[in-house]
Amino acid sequence: MTFPESNLRRKKLGQALMFGLARAISYGIVAILLLILFFIVKQGIGVVNWRFLTAMPENGMTQGGIFPAIVGTLYLVAGSMLFAFPVGVMAGIYVNEYAKEGPVKRFVKMMTNNLAGVPSIIFGLFGMALFVNELNFGASILAGSLTLGLLALPIVIRTTEEALKSVDDTFRQASYALGGSKLYTVRKVVLPIALPNILTGLILAVGRVSGETAPILFTVAAYFLPKLPGSVFDQCMALPYHLYVISTSGTQIEASRPMAYGTAFVLVVIVLIVNILATLLRNYFGKKVKMN
Amino acid sequence: MGNKLETIDVNLYYGDFHALKGISMFISENSVTALIGPSGCGKSTYLRLFNRMNDLIPNTRIEGQVLLDGEDIYQIKPSKIDHLRRNVGMVFQKPNPFPKSIFENVAYGLRVNGITDKSFIGAQVEKTLRQAVLWEEVKDKLKKSAFELSGGQQQRLCIARALAIEPSVILMDEPASSLDPISTGKIEDLIFELKNLYTIIVVTHNMQQAGRVSDYTGFFYLGNLIEFDKTKKIFTNPSKPETENYITGRFG
Ligand SMILES: Nc1ncnc2c1ncn2[C@@H]1O[C@H](COP(=O)(O)OP(=O)(O)OP(=O)(O)O)[C@@H](O)[C@H]1O
Ligand SMILES: [Mg+2]
Repeated sequence: MTFPESNLRRKKLGQALMFGLARAISYGIVAILLLILFFIVKQGIGVVNWRFLTAMPENGMTQGGIFPAIVGTLYLVAGSMLFAFPVGVMAGIYVNEYAKEGPVKRFVKMMTNNLAGVPSIIFGLFGMALFVNELNFGASILAGSLTLGLLALPIVIRTTEEALKSVDDTFRQASYALGGSKLYTVRKVVLPIALPNILTGLILAVGRVSGETAPILFTVAAYFLPKLPGSVFDQCMALPYHLYVISTSGTQIEASRPMAYGTAFVLVVIVLIVNILATLLRNYFGKKVKMN
Repeated sequence: MGNKLETIDVNLYYGDFHALKGISMFISENSVTALIGPSGCGKSTYLRLFNRMNDLIPNTRIEGQVLLDGEDIYQIKPSKIDHLRRNVGMVFQKPNPFPKSIFENVAYGLRVNGITDKSFIGAQVEKTLRQAVLWEEVKDKLKKSAFELSGGQQQRLCIARALAIEPSVILMDEPASSLDPISTGKIEDLIFELKNLYTIIVVTHNMQQAGRVSDYTGFFYLGNLIEFDKTKKIFTNPSKPETENYITGRFG
């Protein structure tokens, strides 16, 4: 069979164009990201030093450090994951491995997707109504963590589901054929294979949670605290809220501008570090699954 | 040699689709039975009756009796199905070792059974790897991933994995169809060896293979068992014209 020459050339040209466009777009995205990082680093790095990281805020938060906000954010991220990770993974396992195909499963999946689309301020209001008032936790690390956990839940559920779905069915069959029960098969075969991808969900969730302001607004965040929190029933400061506060309210917005950029810088670095750590963890487990 | 397995007028439906139509057949102990027939005729479906793997497929309905050592395996308590599957091992068409070490693959079935005695597990792993004629090739790299083995080695590993829990029946669904001729030859030799200890049913598309390894052959067509007899008889003097057409390659 022979093909008309011009047709082939046009195809090649079209392909080159599409590839070129796709490449330009992806480079563009990277460029924008770098630009944001560059801006924050440039403005913030001059402010950040050991004292800034380890001291309490001073002088109406125009000077001193942001130590309590860093600690608060770490508490909230850890607390929310402590709640969202086990609950979300178990829910994902239930939906993908146990629930029978049918209306119930479809409904659960639909609600999970809807939950992921709810604006975070709604979570804040809900958290205040349920955890702060109804359950009487007050504005506290507990209430804030649970609220952030709810926000992270759909991410964890969905990535868990996807991770489990991508596990080849022949592994499950091999396990059943050896007399493995469903639970044993999930624990010893399916979960280890899916773990690296499940950890991706954890990374995404951590990234999301550490930067949220709205959910902690009414549930935990404090404008300023002279002391670090002593228990989960205390309020705490948090980086995103601190950033919001010193750049919008207060009497000395201009004076606290450098502090704001410093805070932004620290927040970005923390998210970056968490992401890198989680990626390393995932790669490590990915290798272990193959080798084990 | 008695009948290890027997199906009595078995019908199987996938939803509305009638996949097995009144199959009655017996499998004698310590023999190899080959199931042949064109694609989609129900060989795999029939094979999966014996370890109740069809139960995992939604909307499947089964009528009739499937006897193992005279007991109807579809009348047992659901909690006993795991037990049944320990007694009736299976090797799949595509080699499917777990993403674990070679050792752990073979040990898996033992661990499933709650066996924790390390020296027993070690001995059993070696014994079954030897049975599967894989020991010499892997004895120095038991801790390595099973994925580092060739396709043929992986399939022998899967056979070892099935043997490790000492089933009495082994079901093989086209165990060599994805392998090269040399690996295929090794699997066939293995089947021949194993029949002294196990009752084996093997699905195959390869007529020579059926002729070489099996004692009995069943020919399936469109969900019916057309003919079932000694392999020698089927391949030299089949009583049904459809069988003859199929084994001489005139259709299917
Ligand atoms: N899970 C299923 N759901 C619905 N129909 C099925 C399912 N599995 C198999 N079938 C149908 O049942 C019939 C028998 O399938 P089966 O896999 O047993 O055939 P086979 O003889 O093993 O074929 P092959 O040689 O291609 O492996 C086919 O028509 C197939 O389409
Ligand atoms: Mg088949």
